[in-house]
Amino acid sequence: MSKIVLEHIDKFYGTNHVLRDINLTIEDGDFMTLLGPSGCGKTTTLRVISGLEKPQNGRMTMDDRLMIDTDEAFFEAPSKRGLNLVFQSYALWPHMTVYGNVAFGLKIKRMHRHEVHEAVMKALKVMRIEEFEHRYPNELSGGQQQRVAIARAIATGPKLLLLDEPLSNLDARLRIDMRSELKRLHKETGTTVIYVTHDQVEALTMSTKIALFKEGEISQLDTPLGIYTNPIDLQAADFIGNPRINFVDGLALYDGETILVRSPLGEYRFPQKDIKTDEEIPLHEEFECVLGVRPETIDLGIEETGHKHSAEAIVYASQPAGSETLITLTINGAELLAIQIGLKEYDVNQKIHAVLHPARMNVYNKATTRLIKFAHSTQP
Amino acid sequence: MDKLKRQRRPFSWKRLWNQIMGLLRNPFNVIVFVCLIMLFCLIVIPLLTMISNTFTVAKAELRNLPGAEIGDLTLFYWRYLFATVLGTSVFLPALGNSLMIGFFVTIISMPLGAILAWLMVRSDIPGKKILSMLIIVPYMIPSWCKSLAWLAVFRTSTAGSLGLLTGMGIPVPDWLAYGPVAIILVMTLHYYAFAYIMVSGSLRSINSELEEMGEIQGANKIQILRSITLPLVMPALLSAAIMTISKSIGSYGVAANLGQFTNYQVLSTLLKYFLNGSPKRVGFVISILLILMASGTIFANQRLIGVRKSYATIGGKGTRSNLMHIGWAKWPLLGFLVVFLFAAMVVPMFALVMESFQLRTGGGYGIENLTLYAWTGSWAERPLEFLAYDGLFRNADFMSALWNTVKLSIIASTLTAFSGQFLGYITTRGRGKWYGKLTEQLVFIPYLMPGVAFGAIYFAMFSQPRLGGLIPSLYGTFTLIVLVSIVKHFPFASRSGTASMMQISLELEEAAEIAGASFWRRIGRIIIPLAKNGFISGFILVFISITKELDLIAVLMSPANRTLPFLAFEYSKNMPQGADAIAIVILVFILICYGIANIFGADVGKSWG
Repeated sequence: MSKIVLEHIDKFYGTNHVLRDINLTIEDGDFMTLLGPSGCGKTTTLRVISGLEKPQNGRMTMDDRLMIDTDEAFFEAPSKRGLNLVFQSYALWPHMTVYGNVAFGLKIKRMHRHEVHEAVMKALKVMRIEEFEHRYPNELSGGQQQRVAIARAIATGPKLLLLDEPLSNLDARLRIDMRSELKRLHKETGTTVIYVTHDQVEALTMSTKIALFKEGEISQLDTPLGIYTNPIDLQAADFIGNPRINFVDGLALYDGETILVRSPLGEYRFPQKDIKTDEEIPLHEEFECVLGVRPETIDLGIEETGHKHSAEAIVYASQPAGSETLITLTINGAELLAIQIGLKEYDVNQKIHAVLHPARMNVYNKATTRLIKFAHSTQP
Repeated sequence: MDKLKRQRRPFSWKRLWNQIMGLLRNPFNVIVFVCLIMLFCLIVIPLLTMISNTFTVAKAELRNLPGAEIGDLTLFYWRYLFATVLGTSVFLPALGNSLMIGFFVTIISMPLGAILAWLMVRSDIPGKKILSMLIIVPYMIPSWCKSLAWLAVFRTSTAGSLGLLTGMGIPVPDWLAYGPVAIILVMTLHYYAFAYIMVSGSLRSINSELEEMGEIQGANKIQILRSITLPLVMPALLSAAIMTISKSIGSYGVAANLGQFTNYQVLSTLLKYFLNGSPKRVGFVISILLILMASGTIFANQRLIGVRKSYATIGGKGTRSNLMHIGWAKWPLLGFLVVFLFAAMVVPMFALVMESFQLRTGGGYGIENLTLYAWTGSWAERPLEFLAYDGLFRNADFMSALWNTVKLSIIASTLTAFSGQFLGYITTRGRGKWYGKLTEQLVFIPYLMPGVAFGAIYFAMFSQPRLGGLIPSLYGTFTLIVLVSIVKHFPFASRSGTASMMQISLELEEAAEIAGASFWRRIGRIIIPLAKNGFISGFILVFISITKELDLIAVLMSPANRTLPFLAFEYSKNMPQGADAIAIVILVFILICYGIANIFGADVGKSWG
C-alpha cells in the first residue's frame, strides 16, 4: 500500500555526518531490513522516515506524496505520514493499561468508542494478548510488552510499519517466536515494513530485501539470498552468515577474460560470466586476492572420491552439536571451518578428504576489499 | 569529501516561510523562547541592574557629590565602603566576622556531620532506625527558630528579659549569649546536616568489600578508616564544606537575631543596615561581595573536585554493605549521640515551647508563672505592664502575617513547582543543545547567591518603575515577595523537575507524537501523569522552604506584607514569648509538611538549607 522513495538524504549531528547521501526505494509490500553494526546510521534513517528527525539534505516521497523536501524546508508531521513505529525500548506508557496504550492513537483520531474498542481488540487478538487488556505494562513480561508495542503500532492500520530493533531486548527463544510472529503479521496485513536490526540472522530470515549499512552509507541493497551469497566486500562477508565465512588468501591473475587463482586450496580458473567487471581488477599482473568459502559448501568424506576439486584435509577439531557438526580443518596449511548436517564424529588429526566447489566461492580483491567474482547460490 | 559540506541553497520565500512556520508550529520552540526571555528578565537583568546601580549616582547622594547628576558614573559607593572611615570602620569588622563565622562553622560541622554519617551508615550502633530519623530533625527546623531557642536558653538582662539559665540563677556572660560564639554554635547545629547528608550518601555508595579487602590485608579499623574510607568520602566532604562556607557567610537570620543586642555585625546584616539607611547603594556593593564570595567558593568546588565528584561508585550490583563492628566503643558513641540530640534538639525546643507559656521569661515553670497569654491573651487585660501586645490568636499582626505566609507559600510554590517542571523539561529535552545548556546555566545563577543578596538584587531592580513605567515600582508589594521567592527557588525546583523528566524517556513522547498527539496533548496525557509524583514532592519541599524563608525577604519587607518568620524576628527584639509562639506554629506546620512530603517520596536531604 505504500512505496517510499528516499533521495540524497544527508543528516548531520553538528559536524558529524551520520547519513551520507542515502538513496533507497522501498516497494509496496516489502519487508525491508536496514542491517548494520551499531552507529552506522540505520536507526537514524528510520527516524528520518518516521519524521522524528529532520535531515539537512534530500527528499522523501511516500506513494508520490512529498514528505520531505529540504530545498523548501518542508517536513510533513510524523502523524500525517500514515506510519507507525515500534521502539526498541517499546516505549509503552506506564500509566496506561494495555488497552489504553493501544487505544491512544485511535482516540486521537476521534474515532467512535465502539470503533476504538473494535480496533483495539482486533490488534490485541492479532498479537494474541487479549487477556492482558486491563494490565499495566509493568505487570507484563518482556515478550508480552513487545506484543503490546506491536499491537499499538498496528491498531491504527498504518500503511508503513517501522520497527527499531524490536527483538533485541528478548531472550533467544522468545526472539525466534517473535520472528515468526512478525513474518506472519507481514504476510497477513500486507503492510510495508521497514525493520532495523544489527542481527544478520533476523535480517536473513525475515526480509524480502536487505539494505546493508556501513558508516552512514548503504553499501549493498539486495535480497537476503543475494546478500548472503555475494556480500559486496570483505567486511560484509565477515558480518553476514553464522558460522562465519572462511577467508583464504591467494594470488590471482586476470587476463581480461578469466581469472586464475592460486591458493592453498588449489588452482582455479573462474569463467568470465562470473566476474564482476565493474570493479577494479588489475590486468595481466598477479595481485593478492581473498577467497570466500561458506562452511556449508565444503563436502567432507573419509574416502577419496576422485572429484576434480578434492583435497586432502586434516581435522583440527570437531564440534558435534546434535543437528549439525562444525569441523575445523586445514588444507595445505589454510584453516577452514566446515559444517555438516547431523552428528558426525571425527578424530583430532584424522586425515579426510574435502570436496570444494569453486563456483560457490567468492573472490575479493584484497587491495580494495571488494567482490570481484560472484558465487552461485547452488551448485551449477 | 565535498559532501561533508552542507549545501548552500538559493534564497526562496517558500523555504523561509516553511522554516518560520516550522518553528512557530511547534509550541516547544515558543515555550523555550518565552522561558529564556523570562529568565533573562528575572535573573540577568536584575543582577546587571544592581551592578550598574553601584556605579551610578542615586538621588540621595546628590548632596554628597556636588555637581553630579542622577545616573552619572561614579565610584562613590565602592570608595565609601573601601576607602572612607565611615565605611571601613563598619565594613572591615563585618567582613572579618563573616569570614570567621564561616570558618568555624565549617571546621566544627564537618567532623560532626561526618562522624554522625559514619555511625549511622557503617557502624553497628544500636537504635539506628530511630536515631537516623532524629538526627535529621534539627535540620528541618529553620535556623532562625534555632536562634530563638538559643535565646530562650541563654538570654541575659542585656536583652531586657531573662532566659532559662539566667532565670535559674546561673550567670551567663554576654559573649556566650550573643555574638560570634552563639552564632557559630547555632549555625553549626544547622549546617552539620550538609556534611551528614552528603557523607552518608557517599558512604552508602561505597562497596564494603573495599573495606573488607583492607581488613584481609591486615589493616586495623583505624587504618581502614584513615586510608580507605576517608579518601573515598573526601569529595563529598569537600563539597559539603564548600556549601557550608558559602551558606554560613551569607546567612542573615541567625546573625541578625543573635547579634542585635550587642550590635554585632556581619556582612549580611550590614547589607540590610545600608539598604534601610543610607547610602543605600553601598548595600548593593556588599551584596555583590557576598555573591562573589558565595559563587567563588562554589566554582572553586567544581574546579577542585568536579572531576572526582562522580566517583561515588554507584553500580547496579555488588554494593553490599556490611556493618563494621565497633565493639565496646558503641556505648560511649551512643552516649555522645544522645547528648548531641538532647542538646541540639530537646533542650532548645523544650525551652522554646515552655517560654511561650511563661509570664516572665526565665521566671521558672511554677504554676504562677505559666500563662496562655502569648497565645490567647488580650492586651486590655494584660497581667504585666510590659506585655504590650495581644496574644497570637487575637493579634491582628499575627493574623495578617499568617495570611500573608499562607498566601505567599501557596502561590509562590505552586508557580515555582510548575516552572521547575517546565524548566526541567526544557533542560532534559534540550540536552546537548544550546538552549538546554543556556537554560541550565541561567537557572543555576540564583543558587550562587545568598538569600539576602538576592533580595537586594530585587530591591535594586524593582524599587523604582522600569521600562518607562511598564513595570511599576514593586517595592513594598506582595507581588515582589512572590516574585523573589519564585526565582530564588528556581534552581531547586528545576533540578527536581529535571530529575523527574529524566525518568520519562523521550521515546514515550515520540510514540505519542507518531500517534498524532499534539504538543499540549503529549504534555497533558503523557508528561504530567508521569511527572506527577516528582511534581508533588518538589512542590512540598519548595512550599516548606518558602514558608520558613527569612533571609530572602528580610530586605523587602514592609508592614503590610510581613510574613510569620519576619514577624517572629521582629517580636524577638522585645516580645520573646510571642516570637516563640510564632516559631512553634511554623515548626508544627513544617513537620506536618515533611511528613506529607515523605509519603510522596521526597528526600529531605534535597530540600533547601
